[in-house]
Amino acid sequence: MSLKLSKKAQVPAGHVERTAQTTKSDKTVAGISHVILAFWSLLVILPLLWTVLSSFKTSSEIFASPFSLPANWSFTNYVTAWAQAGIGSYFINTIIVVGCALVIVMVLGAMCAYVLARYVFPGSRLIYYLMLAGLTFPIFLAIVPLFFILKNIGLLNTLPGLIIVYVAFALPFTVFFLFSFFKALPGEIAEAAQIDGAGEWRTFFQVMLPMARPGLASVAIFNFLGLWNQYLIPVAINTNHDHWVLSQGIAAFAGQQGYAVDFGSLFAAVVITVIPVFIAYLLFQRQLQGSVSQGTSK
Amino acid sequence: MTQTPIEVKLGGGAPAAARRRRKKLTLDKASFMVVFLGVPLLIYVVFVISPFAQAVWYSLTNWSGFSPKMTFIGLDNYVKLFQDDIFLKAVRNSVILGIFLPLVTIVLSLILASVVTIGGSSRGQIKGLRGSSFYRVVSFFPYVIPAVAIGIIWLMVYDPSSGPLNGILTGIGLKGFASYPWLGDPRTALIASMFVIVWSFVGFYMILFIAAIKGIPAETFEAARIDGAGRFRTLVSITIPLIRDNIQTAYIYMGIAALDAFIYMSVLNSGGGPGNSTLVMSQRLFTTAFTKGQFGLACAMGVVLAAVTLVFAGLVFLVNRLTGGSKEAS
Repeated sequence: MSLKLSKKAQVPAGHVERTAQTTKSDKTVAGISHVILAFWSLLVILPLLWTVLSSFKTSSEIFASPFSLPANWSFTNYVTAWAQAGIGSYFINTIIVVGCALVIVMVLGAMCAYVLARYVFPGSRLIYYLMLAGLTFPIFLAIVPLFFILKNIGLLNTLPGLIIVYVAFALPFTVFFLFSFFKALPGEIAEAAQIDGAGEWRTFFQVMLPMARPGLASVAIFNFLGLWNQYLIPVAINTNHDHWVLSQGIAAFAGQQGYAVDFGSLFAAVVITVIPVFIAYLLFQRQLQGSVSQGTSK
Repeated sequence: MTQTPIEVKLGGGAPAAARRRRKKLTLDKASFMVVFLGVPLLIYVVFVISPFAQAVWYSLTNWSGFSPKMTFIGLDNYVKLFQDDIFLKAVRNSVILGIFLPLVTIVLSLILASVVTIGGSSRGQIKGLRGSSFYRVVSFFPYVIPAVAIGIIWLMVYDPSSGPLNGILTGIGLKGFASYPWLGDPRTALIASMFVIVWSFVGFYMILFIAAIKGIPAETFEAARIDGAGRFRTLVSITIPLIRDNIQTAYIYMGIAALDAFIYMSVLNSGGGPGNSTLVMSQRLFTTAFTKGQFGLACAMGVVLAAVTLVFAGLVFLVNRLTGGSKEAS
């Protein structure tokens, strides 16, 4: 990845300014700018690249020198991490939990945002403030009571319990973002659908929801990243080893390194954890950056 | 008076139509409203709002969780907290993070964002630096990496004997760093941990500021240029004042993240670091609740954490207002 990207970087660096209007000071400024930005980019890339490199080395090679290349490039560490260190089962748990939570929160969030955006009813202001509270207060305030709520309804240390909590905590962000999106959709279309005989349910699922697809896509990406990276909620309410998700799995793996040193497969486990978000990032990079800029102009 | 803006905000701009619609309450409409609003709100209230409220109540009891005995003890937990040296140390560390992390992150990302946007030619059309999209793609990436993975990567980078940081430092002749424990020495543990957090957030805020700067009309910059303002002057007198509301938002987001900092701190130094030098409030709360089982006390810590967060946000608003930010900033 970085190899391909860094080639791209060399193009602008080697570019000769051809416009006649470019002054000498411009060149200096551009040069300094490139140096600053390249420095930061290296600071970002190098640790990541080093992690990937180290994931192919044996532990003794890692101890011998942090910079040496692996003697033979094999996926042994990945196999060890996946099968023996349990990363495989954490990975599958994470896919199940994040997948289910993502679908549910998108459906529920879209429904809630749609109603809030299209109808006036008593209490809508209250709902707005409740959602805002959920975005402002730290999860840490809620974590202890949450533990006992799940315990009382028998969902503590289960995947469904984790899914429903993920849904609940991702809901305010989803509703806020989609609220402004549904708000911007022309209400006439919904009215036209209703005049044509579609009920409220049909209007939503067949007319309004498909129109909101771009908004849904951006929110879904942010929710995917947020839920994939979630750590506090699973370590607090999902302590059964069989149900662990990736983030808590690799944290525990790193924590026991002091006793049973297998740095190679720890690096491999980290790479396995990062690959899905890396793919999502490459695919949706433009949308992600677009949403960041959209969110701030409000 | 207060009712009008609500209707404008939530009513889809057609309150009259909505009122007309509300009259004919059919089964379709009723079931629609109940399911669409009821189901999400039920989940939200049960799993988000009610825990927040319960936490405040628990913080006033001496509850240890598993026993049914729960005695109301008023503010005793809070008194206890402020006599607890370890917790006070954690508060101090959290406040240090809350002060310095937003400052450093935002200054750094502003520098990078302005370099991207004003690095271009000073003649002709206003445009950004050539080839800057590569830098944007790279810098933003740490934001999407799981914080646990970032913590582990840097734990390895800082490793005293086999980490590349000491490898580089000894390579350039600084033999004193041959096995320097960056995270194990109280002098550097907190700073080294803070650097990791800055590393992972700078790209995000850089993108945010680039977007904000690009939102400023080009005529504004052209006018400044015609009046003879150089790059630096334009940045200080035009760009920063015009995006100050974005800076305020960023400052609050980053402050909230800094006051949490749980994942980074617990991965980099799970025990709170040498002499508790990297222990933060969230870590202390987690141990108090789930290791020691003092749930009432832990909830009191949660309330303190929430209060510090709100005070922080309030201070940022206040400072922005006092220094002449826009009135609609809130």
